[in-house]
Formats: sequence, C-alpha cells, structure tokens
Amino acid sequence: MAESHLKIAVKRIRKDRLAVAGFGVICLFALVALLDSTPLPQRGPGGVRWDRTVLDALFQKTVERSYSPPLARMGVLNRQAFPLRSPHLLGTNNLGEDVLYNALKGVRTAFIIGIVPSVVAVFFAIPLGLLAGYFGGWVDDLIQYIYQVLSSIPGILLLIAMLMVMERGLWQLCVALGVTSWVGLCRLIRGETLKVKNMEYIEAARALGAGDLRLLFRHILPNVLYLVIIEMTLDFSSLVMSETVLTYIGIGVEPGTGSWGRMIMMADRELPNGIWWNLTGASVFLFVLVLAFNLFADALRDALDPRLRQA
Amino acid sequence: MLNYLIRRLLLAVPTVIGVCLVTFLLFNVFASPEAIARKQLGKNPTEKQVKAWVTAHGMDKPVFFNFQPGKDGSLHPFDSRFWNHMRELLLFQFPQSDYLHEKVSDLLKEKIVPSLTITVPAFLLSILVTLPLALFIAYYRGTYLDRLALFLCVILMSIVILNYIIVGQYLLAVVFKYFPIYGYAFGWSAWKFVLLPIILAVAAGLGGGVRFYRTVMLNEVRADYVRTALAKGVSEEGVLFRHVLKNAMIPILTVTVLSIPFLITGSLLLEMYFGIPGMGNLMLNAINNHDYPVIRTLVYIYSLLYIAGSILTDLSYTLVDPRVGFE
Repeated sequence: MAESHLKIAVKRIRKDRLAVAGFGVICLFALVALLDSTPLPQRGPGGVRWDRTVLDALFQKTVERSYSPPLARMGVLNRQAFPLRSPHLLGTNNLGEDVLYNALKGVRTAFIIGIVPSVVAVFFAIPLGLLAGYFGGWVDDLIQYIYQVLSSIPGILLLIAMLMVMERGLWQLCVALGVTSWVGLCRLIRGETLKVKNMEYIEAARALGAGDLRLLFRHILPNVLYLVIIEMTLDFSSLVMSETVLTYIGIGVEPGTGSWGRMIMMADRELPNGIWWNLTGASVFLFVLVLAFNLFADALRDALDPRLRQA
Repeated sequence: MLNYLIRRLLLAVPTVIGVCLVTFLLFNVFASPEAIARKQLGKNPTEKQVKAWVTAHGMDKPVFFNFQPGKDGSLHPFDSRFWNHMRELLLFQFPQSDYLHEKVSDLLKEKIVPSLTITVPAFLLSILVTLPLALFIAYYRGTYLDRLALFLCVILMSIVILNYIIVGQYLLAVVFKYFPIYGYAFGWSAWKFVLLPIILAVAAGLGGGVRFYRTVMLNEVRADYVRTALAKGVSEEGVLFRHVLKNAMIPILTVTVLSIPFLITGSLLLEMYFGIPGMGNLMLNAINNHDYPVIRTLVYIYSLLYIAGSILTDLSYTLVDPRVGFE
C-alpha cells in the first residue's frame, strides 16, 4: 500500500509501448497547439499588434508575394495548387495556401474541440450525477427524467438544432457539443455514487458529523473522479472527429479558424483535378492524433478502472 | 406481454412530451422569432418583412396563454406558441417547410424510402459481417492474431467517416469505375446506386463494431457455464457458437439500438455524397436554408423512432433470454 493509485497507473501505462508512443504523439501535437496559442508582438503602422502567433511567424515565408512594388502592403497569393515544392513541404491547396501550415493551424482547434466540450459536460454531469445518486427520491427521478429525454433525441439532430439556433463559432460549437454529451457521464457518476455512498468510510464520516455537502465533495467526488478522467480521454477522439463532420455539413467552425474539416471539404473541388495532397495532409494529421488518443485512452482506462484492475 | 407493452408505452409518454418541450425551448426561447425570421429571410430584410414573417408563422402570439380576444371576439386561451407547438407535434399536424413550401409530412413520405434503401441493408449487412469476425477473433483470444486484429480495429476506428466516403467514392467509382458515382433511381433499379454507399457504411462501422462485440464475447467466455461446457467435453467451437453467442445477445441487441444515431449521421453524409434524395438530403437542405420547421419535425420523428426502438429492444430481450420476464 506504499504506492499511490497514480503511481500504479503510471507504471501500468508505461508497460504498454503503444500507449507511450501515443502519449508522445499527443505531447508533440500539444506543443504545436501551444505555439499557435502564444501571441507574438508585431510592430506595425498602428502600434504593436498581438494577433500573430509563433506558428504564424514560423510560416511567414510561405505566403508568396507575386505582386510587390514598393508601396504595396499585401502580397497576392499565387492561386495555384502545387504538390511538394521547396518552401511548401506538403504543397499548396487550390487557393495557393500552404497545406502544412493549414494542417498545423487545425491542431489548436482540434485540442479546443477535444477538451472544452468535455469540461462543459463535466459542469452538468458531476453535480447532477452526484445529486441524483446521493439524494435519490424525487431528485433522482427528476434528473433521470431530464437525461432520459435528452438521450432519446439522437445526438446529431440535437446538435444540428442547437447549432442552427446559435451563432456560428468555435466556442458555440464547444458549448453545443458539451450540452449534448454530458448524459453518459452523468449516468456513470450517478451509478458510482450509489455504490460509494453506502460504503463504511462514508458512514464513518457522517458519524463524525460531516454534512451532505462535505460528504459529497470531500468524500464521494474524489472517488468517482477517475470516471471523469477516463470519459474525457475516451471522448477526445470522437469529439475531434465530429468537428470535422459538422464543419463539413456546414454547421461547424466558421471560415478563418483552422480546421481539418474545412481542408477535407476542399477535396470536393480538388480531387476531380487530381489534387490529392490537401485531403491527405488533413486526413493524416487527424488520423494520427485520433489514433494516438485512442491508444492512450484505452491504456489509461485499463490502468485507472478498479474493476479492470482486479481482473 | 400486452400489459408490459402498454406500461412501457405509457412510460414513454412523459419522455415524448419532454422531447417536444426541448424543441420548443430551442426554437422559441433560446432564439427569438425575429432572429429566426432574419436568418430565414436572408440578406438584409426590412422591418416590415420580418414582422410579416413573424405574423405569418404565428410567432407573435403570447408564449403560453393567449388572453387577447380573437377576431371573432371570443377568447382562445390555448392559441399560443407553446400550445400550438405541442399540438403540431403530438397530433402529427406538421407545419409547412419554409424553404420547399410543402407539408413536412409529405416531404417525409417522399424521402423515407430512399433513406431506408441504404440504412436497412447497411444495418443488417454490418451485423452479418461484424458478428462472425468478432467471434473469430474471440476464438483466437490472447494470441498474436487477436492483438493484431485489435490494433487493426483501433486503426479503422481512428479514420473519420468522411475519409471512408471520399476515398471510397474516388477510388471505387471514379478511378476503377466499379460503381456509378452519383445518382439514384426509384424502384428495383436503385440497387446499383445504393451498393457502394452500403459497402462504405459497413466499412466505416467495422472497427468499432468488431471490437465491441469481441469485448462482449470475452465477458461471456469468462463465465462459469463456459468452463462447465468445456469440462463436459463440448468443443471450443461448440461453446463459442452455441453457448457464448446466445448469451451475448442481450448486449448485442442493446448496441443495435444505440447505433441508430450513427445510422443517421452515416446516411446524412452518404446521401450528400451520392446524391440520394432521402432524409439526410432533406436535413442538409434544411440546415443550409434555415428551414426550422423541417428540423423541428425531424428531431421529433427521430426521437419517436429511437424511443420505439428501445421499447422493441426490451421486448426482444425476452426472445433471447427466458430469464427476462415481463414484470
């Protein structure tokens, strides 16, 4: 009993080579996302501007200035698609944009879409799940009714309805995805709370005079938190994939936000002309990140879930 | 059995009402009628146009109770947005589409058949393909073949459905010309148009399906009756196909209902790519043209289908497991 749960979990994951590789890939992607979130000051005519990130600065050369007399401030993009050519490691799409740059821009969006909706979902799932499991009775009935109703509406349709009503944008998309995905986690937390609340240590804490709130948040919550961590990592992949699908059908992120879904969408016009590298670039980035997360999440679940630990 | 069915149906009534409430909240409370009118009317509508649209759609009425006397001077307290909305959905008096100017119920009748010609075969075929594969992998559990197959499943699961469709269509229809690229025909000649979408739908669900069914089978393999059967001298194959498969039917049935939403997404994208005039196509047009009545109705109809599906699943449990009673 010398080692903490966390240490045991880390040890178990480290034995799984695929999971370690997955974790490495996730870190690499996270670094790109971080570079794309760090603003870099830029001196311009109107003072210092902060709208350029480190990633933008690294890729500045890729904008070709085919029109650059002394007074012109803007370069005109060479609107032609090229496969691999010297400054463009992955070629350019049919608008002349660098494929590698666009794909790297999509990383930050993917991380936001993969994490923020889960955080939004947790805000619903933890309080409601704890309350339903702990108090039972009419509280339980009411909360169960709410999630019964929400889960009878197919998720994709609820998403479409919500996104049609709201304004378009990355954060709105996160909220909509969060609101449509908390039910599963809430159900799990409720079940686990039901189990935990009858354990002896809860009884002991109550005998010592702990109130409902203290019991809920000091004693029960830490013991159901592993479910939250497992769910969040398992959901990451499906959230990232659903972003591309939603963007594709026209209700995802707005133009201007880096998005693999938008890159895949361009393939409709590009593939008939034999331009395959834009689609391939976006797909490979998406695939690698999702695969890494799937491998890592499976190992994490096996390591954290006490039911599997005994087996 | 009839008693059980009636009780389940009665229990479903509050859920259906809840679904109506959610759609009402979404389209009447979270979004103001003016905002919806502006989206629907397109570029820069005048105040007058917006007002006319709102009046024509009855969105200027009070939200819950109408205490204003009507044109004939009498009082219609239930002539409000809320009660009209509930009546519309619960009595199946669906509104008119804002974009196509047809009754939504007529549109549904027209679009349901092409959708079903894809989703039903795809659904059945995917069960026929994934279940035997999962059994096969479960038979070789613990070997390198099993681990390789699991890894392949994770890889297949990590490919987004868009890639299956785009690459599948490009390679099989455009490059190798095995299938028509695009289009649909009513009647029996539809088969050559729906063949490729069905194959792609099965392929997209293969990884997740096989992995799930394998887990289900392996949970059963650890059970005591398997050891008993093996000890009695039943062969490994016999145990797997005669005992394990039967006992794994309950989780398998559960997941078939859970896969209905996936079928909706799949058909949405497939219909879009292959130009099939079905429900997905209707949905997509409604999204692009801000056709709220259609979306509202579709949310309701699919929820009804989902609820009906889960009741049917519960009923079918008794077919595969004699221990499950109707109590």
